Amino acid sequence: MPDIQTQGTEEVHPDVLLVNRARQGDVQAYEKLVKQYDRQVFRIAQHITQNREDAEDVVQDAFLKAYEKLDQFQGNSKFYTWLVRIAVNESLMRLRKRRTGRMVSIDEDVETDEGSMPRDLADWGPDPEQQYGQSELADILRKTIQGLPPGFRTVFVLRDVEGLSTEETAETLGLSVPAVKSRLLRARLQLRERLSRYFRKNKRDGAK
Amino acid sequence: MTCTEFIAQLDDLLEDRVSITLRADLEEHLRTCEHCVITMNTTRKTIEIYRSHELYELPTDLRDRLQKAILAKCKKC
Repeated sequence: MPDIQTQGTEEVHPDVLLVNRARQGDVQAYEKLVKQYDRQVFRIAQHITQNREDAEDVVQDAFLKAYEKLDQFQGNSKFYTWLVRIAVNESLMRLRKRRTGRMVSIDEDVETDEGSMPRDLADWGPDPEQQYGQSELADILRKTIQGLPPGFRTVFVLRDVEGLSTEETAETLGLSVPAVKSRLLRARLQLRERLSRYFRKNKRDGAK
Repeated sequence: MTCTEFIAQLDDLLEDRVSITLRADLEEHLRTCEHCVITMNTTRKTIEIYRSHELYELPTDLRDRLQKAILAKCKKC
């Protein structure tokens, strides 16, 4: 994250300075914002859409929409969280299209009881991921997180992978803070439970 | 404290956002409940693993192509 600069007595985030320049038509200033956040937007889009082409489209559309709406950026939230909100909405829209028009929302399938209480209580070894090669481990992690409902997956990705705060995640997704906390807990527990099939002690071939 | 009550506080415990009093209650529960110790440790590990592994890297050539496409469209706005 860039350093905060001080102008007079007010601290101004470098992104705000770039946004102000971009608003005045400085595309090079916007290019810096694109280069700063394109990897994160791609990662979020790929996690939500689970489709490479859709994720590529989301990156383009999210940055273009943000550019067109720069005048609406208030500056009372971070540019990054504002951008992520656009990217999440674009991603959910793509996911909906892939599912032939069926509604997909941040509230989908969040009423499940799965993960509310742990069932598989097998312990893991000290470095469970060492049981697998990098590529195999990445496949396991992708497959496992893809199994979560979109509403849980998105909260987990924003909070635990991208490092947004609970409040920023709530603002980004248009959810209450308690709703984010509830979904995060259940997402974490569901992932833990599903990963136990691979990481439990002495169960190298547990659930293939 | 029951396991359900412990699990409800798990996220705050993992993020070190519990009061001293509550922490003492949670630690007391952990002393007598192996299941919750395992749940806490493996949940913490789950988060660490996802944080430390890049699952969807943006390849350099694709990144360049996307950046060029975005900026070309912006210039037309």
